[in-house]
Amino acid sequence: MESWIILGATSGMARPLLRQLAANGAALYLAGRNATALAELAEDCRLRGARAVHALPFDTRDHSNYPALIAQFTQEDGTLNAAVFTGTMPEQSQIDADPALIEGVMADSYTGPATFLQQLLPHMEARGTGTIVGIGSVAGDRGRLGNYCYGAAKAAFATYLSGLRNRAGRKGVHVLTVKPGPVDTPMTYGMKMPFMTSPEAVANDILKAVRKRRNTLYTAPIWRVIMTVIRLIPEPVFKKMSF
Amino acid sequence: MSWTPTDYAGWGRALRASGEVARPEQLHALAALDAAPAMGMRRSYGDAALNNGGRAIDMSRFDRLIGFDAESGILEAEAGARIGDIAATFAPRGWLPAVMPGTGFATIGGCIAQDVHGKNHHHMGSFGQHVTEITLLQNGAETVTTPGSALFEATLGGLGQSGVITRAKIRMIPCKGDVMFVTERRARGWDEHLAFLDASTASYTVGWIDATARGASLGRGIVEEGETGAGIVRVSPKSRAVPMDAPHFALAKPIVKAFNQAYYHRVPARGRTVVKPLAEFFFPLDKIHDWNRLYGKRGFHQFQCVVPLASAPALRAMLEEIAASGLASPLAVLKRMGAGRAGYLSFPMEGYTLAIDFPNRAPARALIKRLEAMTAAAEGRLYFAKDSLAEGAQIRAMYPDLPKWQAEVAKADPDAALTTDLVRRLNLRSA
Repeated sequence: MESWIILGATSGMARPLLRQLAANGAALYLAGRNATALAELAEDCRLRGARAVHALPFDTRDHSNYPALIAQFTQEDGTLNAAVFTGTMPEQSQIDADPALIEGVMADSYTGPATFLQQLLPHMEARGTGTIVGIGSVAGDRGRLGNYCYGAAKAAFATYLSGLRNRAGRKGVHVLTVKPGPVDTPMTYGMKMPFMTSPEAVANDILKAVRKRRNTLYTAPIWRVIMTVIRLIPEPVFKKMSF
Repeated sequence: MSWTPTDYAGWGRALRASGEVARPEQLHALAALDAAPAMGMRRSYGDAALNNGGRAIDMSRFDRLIGFDAESGILEAEAGARIGDIAATFAPRGWLPAVMPGTGFATIGGCIAQDVHGKNHHHMGSFGQHVTEITLLQNGAETVTTPGSALFEATLGGLGQSGVITRAKIRMIPCKGDVMFVTERRARGWDEHLAFLDASTASYTVGWIDATARGASLGRGIVEEGETGAGIVRVSPKSRAVPMDAPHFALAKPIVKAFNQAYYHRVPARGRTVVKPLAEFFFPLDKIHDWNRLYGKRGFHQFQCVVPLASAPALRAMLEEIAASGLASPLAVLKRMGAGRAGYLSFPMEGYTLAIDFPNRAPARALIKRLEAMTAAAEGRLYFAKDSLAEGAQIRAMYPDLPKWQAEVAKADPDAALTTDLVRRLNLRSA
């Protein structure tokens, strides 16, 4: 029996994954800020076959109810799993105008989910099974002119997940870091971006990577090659590039 | 919500549009937008979903299921939910949409706006006959409409002109499971083909027609009869995609002839029964993503007409014309329709319907014009979901309830904010 808690469940990227988990009969704990959107999604997942669905209020910037959420989730028997889809990407120009926005970007992509996972992990370790799926970004692989504050938050989360994997793997809990390139979601709607993939393809890639216990997943896969090349560009050259 | 400059096309890719498109996900975001015509997965072949130079709303993210009552079989879903998705979800539990069109990518909203039909039209009628409630967004507010009202009849087959469809309730029918038992028989010529279709008592019946065959073989094809069943069948999970526009000769005459020959002889002379996954029977082309690119960048047209039973000879004459032209593609379907239809502008009438694809070239366009004239002469009807070439006056005359639709639409959308390329091209709203 599988149970999943999804942080940022109303994210456009999460929807197809939720539906596949629902079709497999998982119990779903959908956590997010928008109560209306969560309720709609919960009913959709229930109709698609989820064993049980719960909509939970979750805010990356307010950690006060995390212990209660975890207490509720860990009442489920069987394998506990978690997936993190939270994150916000303000325009770099907005951040230039109001640097205080950085705090929110960090909370949404890193400090919020990390604070939550840090409290959840001992329960998963105690059961000796389960998977944590964390959504990073190719933007976290190197700081770029256009979105380095977002990239820095995703890099922090990726580094956190790497350490978490090192720790949790010893107790049978697997951690998968997902680094999507551009995905066709509301966050990117209207932007022209290369090698755009769909949330459906991302969901398929994630489920396959979970089954195979992969550590890091690039989706679309071409981004592993692209980011390898981008990381190899010497800093004196890279600093003059803009893309 | 951002309006994004977008180039888009109907499924046939012969008609295209460019304009601003928004893709909201929540009702409040949709309601806050200025009124604009809605589009789903753009499976209408022509320009029914296009608004060149204007704005359009992409409803594909309104794809949530809202509620299901296992007593009545009534499902409520958002307008962007796809038929194939609903079938895959509910068939294992013993329910199917009562009517399913030939592609699973069609959305609930699109199925309503075109009042589509399926392989069971002779038993179950059109999609709209199983819709029990439609919610429309009109001037930023939701209106619920139910069977019996003029607004309801103007909405079914109503080309999205009576308001943006946001969600609907549809009555599902019980099924045995998610596999299909399909009996395939060769029909050696026109008369046998019609005789098989007339005599079929199966739940689902459709004929594939070899539109290149002439002489004694004219009208030959394969008649497929399907029943749902329970069991285990191997599903090949890989779907394929057409990665680029094919060159224009990909569907040249010798290739189509050879393909059709092979496709016909694939079924043994004594017929056969095969077991298939449900989706392979109902949505045979959906496995090949973007198959419309096979026709190259110029795209293609689909001609679909229905003629009354008594006009079968006229349909035969059309097929002769098509076969003689050598312009047909392998995609050609013949079906017997019942009388069922749900709205003022619904396509079905009791008779035979022929649907066939042609590459977008001048000789094919000229042929389609001739076929349209023959349809009119046979007192038949052309289908807005497929049309890209009809004459306004000719097609308007095929829809006797057009004035009722116009009156209702004028009330529902007085500023004509929802007009599409199709509505303007055929001058449907103000003729």
